[in-house]
Amino acid sequence: MLGRTANGLYWMFRYIERAENIARLIDAGLRMALTRSGSSDEDWDGVLQSAGVREDFDTVHHKLTSADAIDYLLRDHSNPSSVMSCIEAARNNARMVRTALTRETWEATNECWIELKLALSKRVKPADMPEVIGTIKRCTALIRGAFHGTMLRDDIYNFSRIGTFIERADNTARILDVKYYVLLPAIAKVGSSLDNMQWESILRSVSAHRSYSWVYDGDYSSTNISDFLILNDRMPRSLAYSYDKLVSNLGYLAKLYGDNHAAHETASATLMLLRSRSIEDIMEQGLHEFIEEFIVHNNRLGEEISDGYRFYR
Amino acid sequence: MMNADSNPRQPYENYHDWYEAQDRARLIAKSREAENLFRKTGITFAVYGHADSSEKLIPFDIIPRIISGREWRKLAQGIEQRVIALNAFLDDIYHKQEIIKAGRVPRELIERNVAFLPQMIGFKPPGGVYTHIVGTDIVRTGEDQFYVLEDNARTPSGVSYMLENRETMMQMFPELFHLNKVRPVEDYPKTLRQSLASLAPPGCSGKPRIAVLTPGIFNSAYYEHSFLADMMGVELVEGSDLRVVDGKVKMRTTRGYEAIDVLYRRVDDDFLDPLTFRPDSALGIPGIMDVYKAGNITIANAPGTGICDDKAIYSYMPEIVEFYTGRKAILENVPTWRCSEENSLKYVLEHLEELVVKEVHGSGGYGMLVGPTASKKECAAFAEKLKARPSNYIAQPTLSLSTVPILVNKGIAPRHVDLRPYVLVSDKVQIIPGGLTRVALKEGSLVVNSSQGGGTKDTWVLED
Repeated sequence: MLGRTANGLYWMFRYIERAENIARLIDAGLRMALTRSGSSDEDWDGVLQSAGVREDFDTVHHKLTSADAIDYLLRDHSNPSSVMSCIEAARNNARMVRTALTRETWEATNECWIELKLALSKRVKPADMPEVIGTIKRCTALIRGAFHGTMLRDDIYNFSRIGTFIERADNTARILDVKYYVLLPAIAKVGSSLDNMQWESILRSVSAHRSYSWVYDGDYSSTNISDFLILNDRMPRSLAYSYDKLVSNLGYLAKLYGDNHAAHETASATLMLLRSRSIEDIMEQGLHEFIEEFIVHNNRLGEEISDGYRFYR
Repeated sequence: MMNADSNPRQPYENYHDWYEAQDRARLIAKSREAENLFRKTGITFAVYGHADSSEKLIPFDIIPRIISGREWRKLAQGIEQRVIALNAFLDDIYHKQEIIKAGRVPRELIERNVAFLPQMIGFKPPGGVYTHIVGTDIVRTGEDQFYVLEDNARTPSGVSYMLENRETMMQMFPELFHLNKVRPVEDYPKTLRQSLASLAPPGCSGKPRIAVLTPGIFNSAYYEHSFLADMMGVELVEGSDLRVVDGKVKMRTTRGYEAIDVLYRRVDDDFLDPLTFRPDSALGIPGIMDVYKAGNITIANAPGTGICDDKAIYSYMPEIVEFYTGRKAILENVPTWRCSEENSLKYVLEHLEELVVKEVHGSGGYGMLVGPTASKKECAAFAEKLKARPSNYIAQPTLSLSTVPILVNKGIAPRHVDLRPYVLVSDKVQIIPGGLTRVALKEGSLVVNSSQGGGTKDTWVLED
């Protein structure tokens, strides 16, 4: 397979994952605005931060308003992480690697782009938001379905999955990074309605507010929420789950090509770390530091994969 | 579809009966269905210089253009003769130059032509084939009267539309293919692959590895490049994937560099090798020409074939065909005035409103003047351009092109068409029975180029 093709698949799936995650963040933000009496535009500050675009937002807008924040996240072309930019980039990558995709996967991606281009052609009215968010989720789910249902389980598949999980781990880690102070037991006034709201918002932004209740008997606690998002290997957006998958996808490539790279070591070491530590341990040593270090390692893994498999050179 | 007595022409008889029994509203709905199918599949092209630079659909008309087996045989013979002559001509001008010595084609027209590549002089491409893929543009002016408009020996595009149009028709109207014996076109990718593999370079040992070279996703024909690579089951590469390593052209894979033996390139000569041609080209592969000349890669079509697409060379095609095949050309050439010649220029300037004037190196319907439909002002402006650079232009009479029916809201209406059959050259010449029919959708228009609002149709060659 061409190195450029592996690169295209990797980024195609990173962008699809990112588009979905941004939609989820907006969803959580909207929910927060609905449930909180006297909600303010500042709620969107945290959403922009979780999306990693807080500073860039200021270069385009003077003042933070919810309407501008939503528009920036959804459809601003100057924001490379807006849903529309992501879908556009995912489709361009899909076009580039067209010969590596099944017809179904390509068509689902192309139709997603066609549909969202129409839905996001102008500013979305608040009343239309639920429908638009629903469309984004449905379109990206269709790509995923076509992909899982039709693709050969070969190197093409594994590079695509690697893109998905690197992006997912990054997104979950970012949400934790921005909200870590909400999860600190020392500061949190346990059980206050403000905490409950914040925590629920975190869980919603990874689509996990329902599954959390099943796993932890419905009790909100900062330790459990951190455990769920970082260490729980049944939670499909947790760091541990993402790394479990990354190690197995990279393992497949090592077996197929008969060759190990730095990336294999980095991924395994991170997975070991996630498996060997308890959440109490992590919180005690500093949640914030742990997450920051994780993000650095995750970025490095991305670079090692790109070098090892000759994405660019 | 109809003859002078208002009866359906013979090849259209079955179709005509079927059409008469159809509900028009259903057909129009089918048209829309076809459009959605194309959009969904992403069968699009980019129009350069368009404000909304995004992708466009080529309109598809659901009424097939039908050619009888008898008509096709004559056409095919004529095309084969012409393609054989083109290859002989290329071999000659890059070697002995007998046609120049015989005084049939002027020396300066060849040697001072920008499409003539001195780097090809004395070099024989693998298998002696220059034009592996040709798409001859043909128009019809009467029963059994066919003219060649252009030879397209460089990089003819549109074959993906031939294939997708047929696919769409078979999906939408399967019953029509029971009523008519239509010769299949779907073997094209397989035949292309075999044809390319059979021309592997001397330096290739084992099974030849083939790749399609594209300028990338922003090229107007990118869809076709990816489609062909996919259908042939070969890699689709860009210049940045390739590098010359140990005297071979190799592509960067996830496991390291792997050699390519045959490159079907959809990149122009100018951009192929920055060391030999345009130094600013980011689309090519530095050093590929050295590998080529050392016999370690086949480039299809060969560099330097573009000279056949020069419209001044075109005007000599009757002489060229006769010179190399020893027979008169079966297909007609459109009479052509070379504006570089003083008398011709004078005639052209005096008759501008009757003529079609084209740039000698133009393509895609850009930069041309269609006299009969142009305004006085446009003619005057064009006359100035002509006078400034006469040798850059040729002129041709407007032919009374045949029409075929298309589906419009009120039923069917006649429109002008051309036909581009696709020819594959290896140790034999293979002509795919069918081709791309382009249709001028505007009433009365003679310009069929998709970049100028033309559409396409499925083209049937019947078995008879």
